[in-house]
Amino acid sequence: MNTEGKKKKVPHSAAGWFAYGLRNGIPICLGYFAVSFALGISARNAGMNAVQSFVMSLTMVASAGQFAAINLIAAGAGIFEMITTSVIVNLRYFLMSCSLTQKLDPKSSPLHRFLLAYCMTDEIFGLSVSVDGYLDPRYTYGITAVSVSGWCAGTVLGVLMGNILPSWASNALGVAMYGMFLAIIIPPAKTNHFIGGLVAVSMLASWLFSVIPGLKDISSGFRVIILTIVIAGIAAALRPREDGEEPVEGSLEEPLEKPVEELLEKPLEKPVEGSVEELIEESVEESIEGSGEKSAEKGGRS
Amino acid sequence: MSKNIYLSLLIMALTIYAIRLLPFLFIRKPIRNRWFRSFLYYVPYVTLAVMTFPAILTATDHVAAGAAALIAGLIVAWITEDLFAVAISCCAVVFIVGLIL
Repeated sequence: MNTEGKKKKVPHSAAGWFAYGLRNGIPICLGYFAVSFALGISARNAGMNAVQSFVMSLTMVASAGQFAAINLIAAGAGIFEMITTSVIVNLRYFLMSCSLTQKLDPKSSPLHRFLLAYCMTDEIFGLSVSVDGYLDPRYTYGITAVSVSGWCAGTVLGVLMGNILPSWASNALGVAMYGMFLAIIIPPAKTNHFIGGLVAVSMLASWLFSVIPGLKDISSGFRVIILTIVIAGIAAALRPREDGEEPVEGSLEEPLEKPVEELLEKPLEKPVEGSVEELIEESVEESIEGSGEKSAEKGGRS
Repeated sequence: MSKNIYLSLLIMALTIYAIRLLPFLFIRKPIRNRWFRSFLYYVPYVTLAVMTFPAILTATDHVAAGAAALIAGLIVAWITEDLFAVAISCCAVVFIVGLIL
């Protein structure tokens, strides 16, 4: 890890991205191990065995979602309750998936969409979305391979060994994930003061939601959803972005760019006739044009 | 009983997977709407900030250890921009504060 240096090195091959993902997945793995150990203990208390807990962790990979799942199983909940609770507790993944679709090369294989969907946890999403340009899905797979191993191992050990992890160890491991979050959100704030303000406002609002009577009864899953929609929504209205926009103070060039973009794209969309193949071709060409030079540089992947 | 558990796990796992998969299936092209595109760009910053604070304060046995980890994380993230370095620094700080308290 010392050889990596201070600056971000970006891999140039698919294998390189996978390896980079494995390396960056290590902090997530440590954090997951600590959290899933606690999860395993809860699962055991709810009467689940190691195999069941392993299957749960492998198929769900969702911290709050799995705590909810354990409670539902312990309470003998019905199917309807299981589905609705799972939807509510895990709804933030919906937003994350929406966000990550915009980091995908439109030309990449549809298979990646099915695989990436499995990988959408808070932490893996956070890393994947923070790469420059298009995301190489192998990066996400590398992170996921390491993290989910830690997640499943922690769960099984939690079931088998109970409360054996010393508190100093679980304490130390427990903050690894938060450190990682900070590593994602702080560096962009150095050059882009709007993002810096956004981070500060988000933390402040989150803190208010945890102390104000009434608001603090809202579950943490819902708190994340509400604050994300409201704050990111206002931010997008205050400071809309162009593709590939560099953090620039002021927004003088923006009023010009939008009409030009619309003028270019509208005529392309209208004269559509003929076969389905032509339609598809056209929409592919369109999306390539729409995303600018980035796709030209990174083309050829699938 | 154990058969019921597997059935429950299957139902909930499929539900969770569906939530994650649907946007990937329905949003296939770059989004044109400028507001929505910007919104999705800002989502990770807001989400991760909201999840980090104040949760980091209560992630350990001592609020002081969590606060120290937060400060260390902010400083190291600002200086190194290296994920692994930041995560390890936070762990180390919590460990050290734990020894003192």
